[in-house]
Amino acid sequence: MTTFRFDGAEIPFRRGQSVAAALLAAGVSAVRRTRGADAPRGVFCGIGVCFDCLATIDGAGGVRTCQVIATEGLEVTSAEPAASAPPPSESAALETVADLAIVGGGPAGMAAAAAALEGGLRVVLMDAGAEVGGQYWRFPPAGSDLGRGEDLHHDLATYAGLRERLAEGERAGRLDLRRGTEVWATVRTGQAWRVHLTPTSPRPGVITARWLLVATGAHDLALPFPGWDLPGVMTVGGLQSLLKGSDVLPGQRVVVAGSGPFLLPVAAGLAARGSRVLALCEAGRPGGWARGLPAVVAQPGKVREAAGYAALLARHRVQLRSATVVVRALGAQRLEAVEVARLDRSGRVDRSSAQQIEVDALGVSWGFVPRLDLLTPHRPRMRRGVDGQMVVAVDGWQASSIPGLLVAGETCGVGGAGLALAEGRLAGLGVRAAQGERLDDAQVARLRREVASLRRFADLVQARTVVLHGWLHDQPDDTVLCRCEETRLGAARAVIAQHGDLDPGLLKHHTRAGMGWCQGRICGPATRMLCGTPDRVEERLLATPVRLGDLAARSDMHRSENPAMKEPT
Amino acid sequence: MKVLVIGAGIIGSAIARWAARAGVEVVVLDGAGAASGTTSRGEGNILLSDKAPGLELDLARLSRTLWDDLGEDLGRERFELQDKGGLVVPTSPEATAALDAFATSQRVAGVQARSVEDVHDLEPYLAPDLASGMHYPEDAQVQPVLAAHALLADARAAGARVFLGDPVIGGTLSGPGVRTASGAVHRADAVVNAAGTWGGAVGRLLGAPVPVLPRRGFILVTEPCPPMIRHKVYSADYVANVASSDAGLETSCVVESTPGGTILIGASRERVGFELALRVEVVERLAAQAVRLYPVLAGRQLLRVYRGFRPYCPDHLPVIGPDPRLPWLLHACGHEGAGIGLATGTAALVTAYLTGDDPGLVDAFAGLKPNRLLTEEAS
Ligand SMILES: Cc1cc2nc3c(=O)[nH]c(=O)nc-3n(C[C@H](O)[C@H](O)[C@H](O)COP(=O)(O)OP(=O)(O)OC[C@H]3O[C@@H](n4cnc5c(N)ncnc54)[C@H](O)[C@@H]3O)c2cc1C
Ligand SMILES: Cc1cc2nc3c(=O)[nH]c(=O)nc-3n(C[C@H](O)[C@H](O)[C@H](O)COP(=O)(O)OP(=O)(O)OC[C@H]3O[C@@H](n4cnc5c(N)ncnc54)[C@H](O)[C@@H]3O)c2cc1C
Ligand code: FES
Repeated sequence: MTTFRFDGAEIPFRRGQSVAAALLAAGVSAVRRTRGADAPRGVFCGIGVCFDCLATIDGAGGVRTCQVIATEGLEVTSAEPAASAPPPSESAALETVADLAIVGGGPAGMAAAAAALEGGLRVVLMDAGAEVGGQYWRFPPAGSDLGRGEDLHHDLATYAGLRERLAEGERAGRLDLRRGTEVWATVRTGQAWRVHLTPTSPRPGVITARWLLVATGAHDLALPFPGWDLPGVMTVGGLQSLLKGSDVLPGQRVVVAGSGPFLLPVAAGLAARGSRVLALCEAGRPGGWARGLPAVVAQPGKVREAAGYAALLARHRVQLRSATVVVRALGAQRLEAVEVARLDRSGRVDRSSAQQIEVDALGVSWGFVPRLDLLTPHRPRMRRGVDGQMVVAVDGWQASSIPGLLVAGETCGVGGAGLALAEGRLAGLGVRAAQGERLDDAQVARLRREVASLRRFADLVQARTVVLHGWLHDQPDDTVLCRCEETRLGAARAVIAQHGDLDPGLLKHHTRAGMGWCQGRICGPATRMLCGTPDRVEERLLATPVRLGDLAARSDMHRSENPAMKEPT
Repeated sequence: MKVLVIGAGIIGSAIARWAARAGVEVVVLDGAGAASGTTSRGEGNILLSDKAPGLELDLARLSRTLWDDLGEDLGRERFELQDKGGLVVPTSPEATAALDAFATSQRVAGVQARSVEDVHDLEPYLAPDLASGMHYPEDAQVQPVLAAHALLADARAAGARVFLGDPVIGGTLSGPGVRTASGAVHRADAVVNAAGTWGGAVGRLLGAPVPVLPRRGFILVTEPCPPMIRHKVYSADYVANVASSDAGLETSCVVESTPGGTILIGASRERVGFELALRVEVVERLAAQAVRLYPVLAGRQLLRVYRGFRPYCPDHLPVIGPDPRLPWLLHACGHEGAGIGLATGTAALVTAYLTGDDPGLVDAFAGLKPNRLLTEEAS
């Protein structure tokens, strides 16, 4: 049996599983303890955004265990790394030139790559994940011992078709497909984009391309409530990533809560694989987002899909509770129970209806937050999505207001996989058109109609997804607001009361909320709510952490290449 | 006496507080949030160590004392005022010689500079091959946003009124006063231009431009680390950098830890206007310099990079005092990379101009007045 070590204990795993998933399967729900309150932390987002699952792996500190595929003999510890620094990773200054660089290999990025390859372009497609497919088509990496989990997926024929076209592109030498490759910065220099890959990528370096498509998708929107930092509480996407990516059931007894259509497939998938889904709590009223959608007529596939989940949930006797929320997660070192309660007509929690349910895992999600870090530093024109969040505005070719910068999928408006596919394809065609190719006008027009129709559908769904503007009012002062820095809601409230108008950027100087590992990606929606600044767009010049030693090594390289960069003496 | 202070950064907030405490009627106007400008974009070093003898060092020494007084008055922990001391470490023999000469001149001017045989006595994690250095016990640190907010809160307590989110768009037709974007008109006996990097633009709006330009700086922030860096530690090249007016990129890092455990590595200096784009080489170079000083940092993750635009005048001194073209207008901007440290002294000086109570102070810093910049065609 293959194993790795965690704090001295042998942890068995199946090839293809992430370190975090294997730990969870072995009963380890807390990967580390926080620096401040010494609180246990485990997997939360499951997709590399929250940094709760950090550990030291083979001497390197600050590694997200949900993003590392387990291998034989890994030495994983919850402790800080020793003071002696590990040697910097191999960082040859690989420079790759292409026509189109695509960050994100989800439905949008894959479709864009396929469309661009059809037109003979040279494409580099990068994704942080071990396999392409994004959040929608999440599979264990090639060569794993895990099942493909095909029963958990939809549109697999589309996926297979895209994979085939990517494979053709690779065979023709026009597609450079980079798995396990995270982009930490994109910089525009003259007419070209320079895309910087983290030094820990399999082939680190810089991609230079005339066109850049940012299709980095989204992560779950989570809002604070008492106990949401306990190991065992995860985002709904986190549950999904464990199940689809590592074939691990996050718990025997599970509650799924929040709002929106995404709760259904995840609850159905967990039930189908043997978890007891004790409740599916949708904050919306009966029927909720799914009822009476006029645009549904144009999207019969979606209706069939939803009906399928409903049938599956009924078969597994999953209780669908509407106008119900999880108000508290309870437990000492990990989640032991949740308290659910009904919402009254005005959307406030009716405490008298509270009821406790013993669970091993809880998934919460209030929708999605687009991952804009590679976009906002360029200051593209933004627009407000139906859910109130700012996203990048695009034209009929998915082009942003910044020359050469394209956007498709969730980054230009949360809308799901179908829309991401259509937008991605349009972006790929757009680059071909810009390169002078004559495209079939009818085909483009059809695609644009499809994008418009799917966008209308997505907007209607989102408009019906409950956004609880009053949510934070109901949360007590000692609720953790910022998971990383363990800022309490009460501390933030006190500062706002004392200094009046503060935006999240100034609030963080007082409270440290948003200054920790995840840089406010998780608490951002809550701090924006608290400060009453929903339109604020966070700017992060780094899309993901990079080790100082690796950066330093690259600097030394420039120095030997380019005497102008010599240090002053 | 009524004064309008344009800008609620560290400079405007300090002026508001000092003037209000001196009995002046104060109105503070800012187009954005309090401390949302360059004040939230820098580090909070209060340094004597990097300053050559002259007016700036004099203002820095005055300011240093006043920071201590302010700490007494308002509570040091309110803005994380820490007497950390600075440690300057030469990384080459040339730098060692330059540093010794520099420190000697500073001692004459009254700065405490103590030669250290082995820097590891003070900073055990410094690279083993580094040997001697210079310890400046008076160097300190504040958290700039907390300091500005505390100053502004104290100004309010002393009667100052503060209007945020409403930029000044011009003067009034007659006499001292300004108009704002919302249509409001504010009149007073005097107006202080404390608009930092935008001080040139505000001067122009009022009809008395001063040459204040942006100098970009990037700062690196690491993951939270266990305590390992006690002082503000910088390589001696910094000394050359600060004084330089070379247009190109300069980096020589200052490494320090914050109460939250993160380590700040700052800062580059570039004259590229208000260019926002990240320059990866700059980040890499700052990282290399930090790792050169502290090899233990190599394994630490960089979580954040941010940038700011220091306000500087062509001669790298702040411009403080009345404008000869509009005597009711006082400028207090252009503090470049030292505005946090110099805020308290600047506030005392501006208050002396406003009240006329301390002619000695005004005389001592006459050299900072705008006149010096208003030769032939200033703007
Ligand atoms: C955790 C999670 C699970 C989901 N599961 C489902 C589901 O089961 N069914 C469903 O219909 N919808 C699901 N969704 C909704 C999903 O957003 C859309 O269905 C769809 O996947 C969006 O496609 P996309 O191409 O825009 O983005 P995504 O599919 O999210 O793809 C974006 C890709 O970009 C990569 N990426 C992000 N940042 C970087 C970077 N800096 N460097 C390199 N790569 C980067 C990510 O690894 C990801 O693979 C899920 C969403 C989340 C957050
Ligand atoms: C990277 C970096 C590192 C630094 N490190 C240090 C350090 O360690 N120590 C140190 O002492 N200094 C440091 N500095 C310098 C310091 O940050 C500045 O000198 C100082 O913040 C300037 O303060 P200020 O109040 O003049 O300007 P600001 O904080 O910019 O305030 C000016 C205010 O004027 C307002 N304003 C502008 N136009 C208008 C208008 N038309 N109407 C109304 N309001 C207007 C703005 O909104 C702003 O709030 C650093 C700077 C940078 C960029
Ligand atoms: S669970 Fe791994 S980063 Fe969020």
